[in-house]
Amino acid sequence: MAAAASETLRRTALFDRHAAAGARLVPFAGWEMPVQYAGVREEHLAVRERAGMFDVSHMGEVETRGPDALAFLQRMLSNDVAAIPLGGAQYTVLCREDGGVLDDLFTYRLADDRFLTVTNAANHARDIAWLRAHAGGFDVELVDRLDDYAMLAVQGPAARGLLAPLVDGELPARFHTAELRVAGVPALVCGTGYTGEDGAELLCGPADAGAIWDALLAAGVAPAGLAARDTLRLEACYHLYGNDLMESRGPIEAGLGWCCKEATGFVGSEAVAAVRASGPAERLVPFAFTGPGIPRQGNAVVGGGEVTSGTLSPCLGVGVGMAYVPADRAAVGTALEIDVRGKLRAAVVKDKPLYRKDG
Amino acid sequence: MADYPHDLLYHPEHDWARIDGDVATLGITWFAQDSLGEVVFFDPPAVGTQVRQGESYAEVESVKAVSDVIAPLSGEIVEVNEALGDAPETINDDPYGDGWMVKVRCSDPSERDALLDADAYAAQLA
Repeated sequence: MAAAASETLRRTALFDRHAAAGARLVPFAGWEMPVQYAGVREEHLAVRERAGMFDVSHMGEVETRGPDALAFLQRMLSNDVAAIPLGGAQYTVLCREDGGVLDDLFTYRLADDRFLTVTNAANHARDIAWLRAHAGGFDVELVDRLDDYAMLAVQGPAARGLLAPLVDGELPARFHTAELRVAGVPALVCGTGYTGEDGAELLCGPADAGAIWDALLAAGVAPAGLAARDTLRLEACYHLYGNDLMESRGPIEAGLGWCCKEATGFVGSEAVAAVRASGPAERLVPFAFTGPGIPRQGNAVVGGGEVTSGTLSPCLGVGVGMAYVPADRAAVGTALEIDVRGKLRAAVVKDKPLYRKDG
Repeated sequence: MADYPHDLLYHPEHDWARIDGDVATLGITWFAQDSLGEVVFFDPPAVGTQVRQGESYAEVESVKAVSDVIAPLSGEIVEVNEALGDAPETINDDPYGDGWMVKVRCSDPSERDALLDADAYAAQLA
């Protein structure tokens, strides 16, 4: 069994509700988080077939405001921040000068000169330090909002329908946000998610999170843990920082060239442009096993490369994952062999996403 | 709920043995399957493989994790539970019955002295 952590783990505003719901709570990025409730498979299928909710309050938030907020974020983030409409949401990456990925982020435009950026828990402090270190010369204020927000993700084909009666206005469209009251408390409702299903993510004050959780639970939304969140995102081929994204690799290698707009001149844009022009030496590909076995992070790909995420797909019933492979072996349909603790397992490179609702 | 039958012997690494003459049936305990969560893959060793007390003879996987299965006794594997290939969740549903993993022809009867009875095993979990 794992040794007791000596560090003090943080608890979200919903900790007592997780415990009451029978969650298994585990250390994750410095937080004590629910990894599962009823069971990974059951929670995974609840999200695919109906609706599930995740407490993702460990994720960080940074507010950027001031006259130069747009210019500053355009300099720091890979995507075209100017293209985010008021109330819009955009996926982006944060790069080092050499193009290495520091984090992947969602940025919401709350006003012309006010943005909220959601960070990965493990990277939050580093992201803020990086942003502050580059803010010289910009008339901008960076505010750490980690402690001001709890965050809930409500996902699944029925998620919007179950959420709508609890909201005092129109739910925002995909990649848009709206400031609404949910279950009587104020929340920033975002048409985003990490499961491949429709739904919303809700940012609210920690003291208000319980009211939203209780209302969603009463509406029949199933609590789902981080384990199901991981299997869902992997079937959808969404990247997980620390697995599929890291400082030693760039966004082009990771298949995130679509959210890099080098013409904006962001930090790292020259390195990214060079890799885009020459073609990367390796690419991140989704794959599925054609026989038995389950791939895991760190498994070697025979002939070069490594698995960065792996699991048994609850929907497909086979081992699936993502791996960096040499670029000449990245084409869909390419046969791979993966070394799973000494046993060679047959796999094939697949198209994204690994799981698609309509087959 | 937690259950540790009294007719079994236990290894502290959460494995059990049911001894019948010189053949022992092996599996993992209720505690082990509960800690692991839903078992989704069991990779059995081949019949004829020699296993050694205290060493891993197989792997069992949940969605999230891989776990070694430790042999409570040494010997030669004479049978494996092939049914677990298609229904690994049986290890969760019936860890001491249909969820058995292998049968071993024991090579050293004195090894049994190193194992725990149900009360001693349950006590070390507390």
